[in-house]
Formats: sequence, C-alpha cells, structure tokens
Amino acid sequence: MSPQNRTNEKRYVISERVRSLSPSGIRKFFDLLSSMEGVISLGVGEPDFPTPWRIREAAIYSIEKGQTNYTSNYGLLSLREELSKYLTDRYGVVYEPVDEILVTVGVSEGLDLAMRAILDPGDEVIIPEPTYVSYNPCVTLAGGVPVPVPTSMETKFHVRAEDIRKKITTRTKAILIGYPNNPTGAVMPRAELEKIASIAEEHNLIVISDEVYERLVYDTEAVCFASIPGMRDRTISLGGFSKSYAMTGWRIGYAYSNAQIIEAMMKIHQYTMLCAPIQGQMAAIEALRTGHSFVEEMRKEYDIRRNLMVSGLNKIGLECLEPQGAFYTFPSIKSLNMPSSEFAEQLLLEEKVAVVPGSAFGVSGEGHIRCCYAVSQNEIEEALIRIDRFVKKVQEKW
Amino acid sequence: MNEKRLAILQILEKNARATTQDISRMTGIEETVAATTIKECEENGIIVKYKTLINWDLIQQEEVRALVEIRVTPKRDLGFDSVAERIARFPEVRSLSLVSGNFDLSVVLAGQNMKDLANFVAQKLAALEDVSSTATHFLLKRYKEDGVVLEGEEDVHRLPIAP
Repeated sequence: MSPQNRTNEKRYVISERVRSLSPSGIRKFFDLLSSMEGVISLGVGEPDFPTPWRIREAAIYSIEKGQTNYTSNYGLLSLREELSKYLTDRYGVVYEPVDEILVTVGVSEGLDLAMRAILDPGDEVIIPEPTYVSYNPCVTLAGGVPVPVPTSMETKFHVRAEDIRKKITTRTKAILIGYPNNPTGAVMPRAELEKIASIAEEHNLIVISDEVYERLVYDTEAVCFASIPGMRDRTISLGGFSKSYAMTGWRIGYAYSNAQIIEAMMKIHQYTMLCAPIQGQMAAIEALRTGHSFVEEMRKEYDIRRNLMVSGLNKIGLECLEPQGAFYTFPSIKSLNMPSSEFAEQLLLEEKVAVVPGSAFGVSGEGHIRCCYAVSQNEIEEALIRIDRFVKKVQEKW
Repeated sequence: MNEKRLAILQILEKNARATTQDISRMTGIEETVAATTIKECEENGIIVKYKTLINWDLIQQEEVRALVEIRVTPKRDLGFDSVAERIARFPEVRSLSLVSGNFDLSVVLAGQNMKDLANFVAQKLAALEDVSSTATHFLLKRYKEDGVVLEGEEDVHRLPIAP
C-alpha cells in the first residue's frame, strides 16, 4: 500500500500511549552538564564504589568456565534458592525458589512486569508522591492510570493511610510504594505500613513494594511489606542488587509473590526478555553468599556522608529532614521562593553543582531538590561550600 | 559508649587528621565527647600513634625494604618472646610478627640501600645465638599498603544525573 492511500487520516509514527508520556525532567540537566567541566554532581543515583572485587571475580570465572548460555526464564535456580534463604533469614518470609521468585533485569523490569501482569486498561494504581520517575510511566505503558497521593515534609514524606483511602475508587487495583524512598530518603515505620496493609485487605488491592534500598537504612529497620500478616500473597515485592552491592550496571533484580502472579510476570518476561544475563546472575549468587560485610561497610560510609550532608544543608538554611534510608537528601528550597528547576539550573551554571529539581518527582516535589550523598566526603564538603555561596547570592538579590 | 568510640576510631584510622569538629559532623557525636574519647584512647594506648601513608616512590626517596624469614630455636620457659624482643629493638626493624608455617618470625626491614640491609641481616640477625637460619626477600615494588592500592586505583564512571 502506498503512503498516498492513507492521506485521509492523520497518522503518527509514534503511538498515542508513548506520545502521552511526559518527557523526563532531568534530560535538560544532562545535556547542560555534558558541556561543562569541574562539576560536582549530587544528581547521581548510584553508589560511587565499584562492585566488590570478589563479586566481579566470580563473574569473570564464570565466563572463563564458558557459562555463557540462557538460563531458566525464572533465573538460575541456585540464585533463587539463595534469594529464598536470604529473605527467610532476614525478614522471616517464606517464598518457594521454584515458582515464587523471578530474577529480573533490574528492579526496573520487575516493576514493568508487575504492572503489565495485573493491570487492565483503565485500572488505577495509587502512588505516593514525590514519586520515583519510572512509576507513573510504567503504569501508563501498561494501560493503567496512576493516581498520586501527595506527601510533604510535615509528615516526613510518609504516606498516610487515610490519604490513600480517599483515592480509592471502583477502578483501584493496586498501591505502589517504595521505601526506603527515592527521592525523599523516607522509611515508613511498621505501624504505618500496617494501616496500608489493612486498606489493601479491605478493598482487595495488590501492593507493589519496591524495596531496592532495603539494605541502606540508618538507625531504623527496613520493613519487608510482605512480612506484614496477611500481605504475603497480596504483595509483589521487588528487590535488587544495584544499590546494596554497588551492582547497577549488572542489571539484576528479583520479584517475589504468590506463584500465580509470578507465573504471569514470567510469561511476559519469557516473551520479551527471555532471561536476565547469566554473568549478572552468577555475580549475584556470590554477592548473597559473601557480600554481607561489604554492604555493611558501605552503609557505614553512607551514614557518615549523610550526617555531613544533612548538617551542612541545614546550616546553609535549606531545611532538611534526616533521611532514614537510601542515599538521598531532599531539602526544602521554599525559603528562596524560586522554582526547583530554576534553582537547579542556576546552581549548575553559577556554581557547578548538579542536583535534581524536586519537580522531576511530581507536583509535591516542587520546592525541594534531591541531593545524593553517594559521593566522596571531600566532594560533599566542596559542594556545600558552593551551595552556601549560591544561596547567599540569591538572598542578596531580594 | 563503646559504639561511639568504635565510630571515632574507624574515622581516625582512615584519616588521622580528622578534627573533633569533623568527627562531630560525620557522626552526630558531640565535639566534647569526641575529644574526651580520643584523649582516653591516647592515654590507655588504644591509639598508638598518628601516621601518614606516603608513597615514597613518587619523590624518588631511596629506601629499601626487605622481608626476612627467620627460624629460631625457642628457649625453654621463654619461647620466642626473648629473641623477638631483642630483634624488635633494632630501629631497622619496621615490623615483626610470630607466624605459623615453615619459619617462625616474619620481619620487615627498612634501610638506605641493599648493602646496608644485607649487612644488617648477616651481622645482626643471623648472628644472634637463637637464630638458626634466615631468608631475605627484597621488596621490588609496592602495589598495596595498609589496604590502599598505591597506583591505578580504579575510577568509577557514573552518569552525572540519574533518576
């Protein structure tokens, strides 16, 4: 058929669904940054450590042995067995390695699979805001409708159960939460999560819990949502190796839930991804077997940097909660009366410090910036000096 | 208390120049508490000394190091301690440990040149009454010292902005 035959109807190359996705709020900064030198970036989103040598060495050895094949769609059974054991030892939850755990290409794929597995067109997913940038697009791409629940500094960015309840309609299918949280660093206490659990039970909702930062908590416990009584079969839990073991580039995550849901996710996974890369899976096995002390060492170092960053920002006058997890601070810039994207852009141009504007994480992220403290202590100190100088300049202009 | 002390010591072990103010900002421990803790540790010998790790190779400072394996005939009642104490007193001896395996004492020596060290081993160490044999290994290149890789520490190439 020649193109002329179609001229009567307007046709787009790109699908309506993809056109409707809003562009990433950080793309602009990426382009700006790549043309600049001497920038200290607090806009990073991954550890500054390379993967521990033991883990890398295990992957190299597996390549030498010729382990270069596809694995089971579910992932290597030995990895799923290690995961099952880890989850039981750490959180007391019991998931069958054979059919209740799925190895994914990072948590990102797990999230996508979860959405596509459970959503029918028009189904609503309730998501606390500020929101990690992938959550809404993943829901939209799966045909669902994201329903934001704003949170604020006043409630420590904890989502309140009653606010979730207000958003429930007949189309609500699931609640999507992520604690420890990117971008706020918030960690929800067990008692508050239990309230969300009872709403899920009452309205027969599925809970997708993104727990990729579970190992990075400070002076508090990370709650495995599925360990709350009654939540085991209602929760799709997503975990990963990227943040805990500094393994972002390996792209290995995992999902665990009841066998019916995991099978549905696996069905999509087998047709679209087939399996996660085997070297990453081999590395992940080594990480689970011998990487614990390394995680703890990194966590301690992040804790020191967190203290430096929080006390520094507060001293500058950018009010900042003490984040209890992940490696982000989310200070308020409301006292400066300027949009977060403008703040971030000017800070980058004038003082060469990159941060992520809070507006990239939804409307309720406005008035904040995200500063990552997975950078060296020296860089944090220097960044604080520059931010202080910038804030003073802005204040003088009034 | 012990937890705070541990946190302070771990910081100082990595950076002996960290001030009490730095430590306070890094841990949330009060400056005065940090100062008292450090003083106590200095007094009771937990903190032995503050040292700087220097890569002498970079300033062409000639210094030769050797690892010496020493076999000793242990003394009745005293074991290895008496000979070890004797050896430890020589300023050329930078470190000294009793080890398991084919020999008994492991010694690291430092000196101006190979000849000095060779003479020292021949005239002082090997000549000791209780020493039955020595084997000297001159260090040719230092790759890692005190947990720090001296050259070619890897860079991490991260995206400057990530979600």
